[in-house]
Amino acid sequence: MNINSNNFQPNGPRPKHLTIGRIGMYGFIFMCALFFLMPLYVMIVTSLKDMDEIRSENLLYIPKALSFYAWPKAWSEACTGFVCEGLKPGLINSIKITIPSVIVSVSLGALNGYALAFWRFKGAYFFFGLCLFGAFIPYQVMVYPLLKIESAIGIYSSLPGIILVHTIFGMPILTLIFRNFYASLPIDLFKAARIDGGNFIKIFFYVIIPMSTPITIVAVILQVTGIWNDFLLGLVFAGRDNQPMTVQLNNIVQVDYGVAEYNVDMAATILTSLVPLFVYFISGRWFVRGIAAGAIKG
Amino acid sequence: MKNSVEVKNISFSYGKTEILNDLSLDIKEGEFMVLLGPSGCGKTTLLNCIAGLLDLTDGQIWIEDDNVTWKEPKDRHIGMVFQSYALYPSMTVEKNLSFGLRMMGTAKKIIDEKIEKAANLLQINELLKRKPSQLSGGQRQRVAIGRALVRDAKVFLFDEPLSNLDAKLRAELRYEIKKLHRDLSNTMIYVTHDQIEAMTLADRISVMKDGLIQQLDTPKQIYNKPANLFVAGFIGSPSMNFLNAKFDKSNQNLIIGKRHINISKYENTNDLIDDQQVVFGIRPENIIIDKNENSILCKVELVEPMGADTLVWTSIEGTPISIRLEGSSNYNLNDEINISFDINKSSIFDSKSEERI
Repeated sequence: MNINSNNFQPNGPRPKHLTIGRIGMYGFIFMCALFFLMPLYVMIVTSLKDMDEIRSENLLYIPKALSFYAWPKAWSEACTGFVCEGLKPGLINSIKITIPSVIVSVSLGALNGYALAFWRFKGAYFFFGLCLFGAFIPYQVMVYPLLKIESAIGIYSSLPGIILVHTIFGMPILTLIFRNFYASLPIDLFKAARIDGGNFIKIFFYVIIPMSTPITIVAVILQVTGIWNDFLLGLVFAGRDNQPMTVQLNNIVQVDYGVAEYNVDMAATILTSLVPLFVYFISGRWFVRGIAAGAIKG
Repeated sequence: MKNSVEVKNISFSYGKTEILNDLSLDIKEGEFMVLLGPSGCGKTTLLNCIAGLLDLTDGQIWIEDDNVTWKEPKDRHIGMVFQSYALYPSMTVEKNLSFGLRMMGTAKKIIDEKIEKAANLLQINELLKRKPSQLSGGQRQRVAIGRALVRDAKVFLFDEPLSNLDAKLRAELRYEIKKLHRDLSNTMIYVTHDQIEAMTLADRISVMKDGLIQQLDTPKQIYNKPANLFVAGFIGSPSMNFLNAKFDKSNQNLIIGKRHINISKYENTNDLIDDQQVVFGIRPENIIIDKNENSILCKVELVEPMGADTLVWTSIEGTPISIRLEGSSNYNLNDEINISFDINKSSIFDSKSEERI
């Protein structure tokens, strides 16, 4: 057959054209990325300059001579209040607070969500409504009553005290996301498990938990970043010996006397935010997958 | 024969919506009972009540002479197969099969024996190490049946097990289930909305509508002597033809517009009174194309060849009528045909009560 170029028939994939709309969209995305990356860039370059350069040069310039002086100082020498040990003790405190808080709150949230989704007791909807309501109460309102309760039972200003507080404040949102995830699982699975001889606990451990990976990852990310970034609760409930990294960072940055060392502040801030950043980088893929987990089939 | 499952006057409601009201049903030992009905008729609810997955509002459930009304599903000696298979996605086929036994704390050796037996029976030996996600629909449903099998259940409950499969697989597994019942002779209760499954599998069918049992009988009886208009219309494909008629006692005729059908051969003409409004029901295969003094002259309006049969559509006084003929029969549009009815095999219902006469 004779193929005439004037009589060209569409064949195969449609050719892609760069339209004005597309250029505009890429431009917008690029601007957004730039906007959000700018502060990070400023923090990194500032942390690598010495104080003279910071004072004399533009904020956005690349350092003339790299100075790593700020980083070890932020890590182990900067003064937080009266103690001058840098952020190192804060990091350890933050780990000691975050790990047990995440484990306890996520486990209880999963158990709550499971009970609400599958064992529909009388008033379950009302209870779920209360939980939802709890997620929207600003927690400053509850700080003082909680403080009184904790001091009455003698765990105020201690590690168990702050862990309990994080567990309580994590409960509404965790119950909500676990319940919604479990409600999306086929109810027949639960029925089959009941016929197969499972009771409340057995079904939870043998059938439900093995299916909970995606939503557990979402919950862990939420809790790790939330608890790590928390400042107010750590300041109020943790006590002087257990101050998390965020509280110590604040103490480094807020100097009442002497000179503000911006490079040390910047280095300390980056150090403090490393954990949440790391969590997002390694688990972003899982996070999206977990959020979309409603589509999972049995 | 002894009863295996007895449902005694049970009621069930979701909040204010009443699904089942004072329903009773006895299922004999070794019987294959099919609960058949359109969606929303309460058949699945009834099955879930028997399984103990729903709490009754009123009444009792007895299984093997044991009042299990307040017992947990696991203590009722039942096995259940679901429409969605409900295999545990995180476990291999083997673990799926053994889950119930492991929960009961059965010895490993006995578990292995039982799994092997069930796997042989259902030909799933090669699949034991796979996860459910690596199985096809038919294989999944086999595994789900196997899971019920290993538990040595006294009663098997099937909740529309074949509805998610394509037509070919459905026919295959239907055959397997029938064979399984023949070999095991356990009591089986099977919920479906598919009348072919009901007809082929059941010892007895209980046709349900709006939470009430409309007719409980053998497939043959239900097909040939439907108890009311609903059952007559629900069972059979293509469905029964219905004609509104008036009875003329003196001539033993049904009058349909200008047409007359003599029904003196019908089983219960004595129960009919003069001028009674009735519905005359006749299945497509009980209409004969044949010229005689009773036949009615019609025109062919549509022909549907189906391979084994051919369906010819015509109409009497404006009501469409389908006639099932041999696949080899040859009729064309607008052909004139003389049809008559096999009155012995027809059904007559009262227009008001819709009950069979």
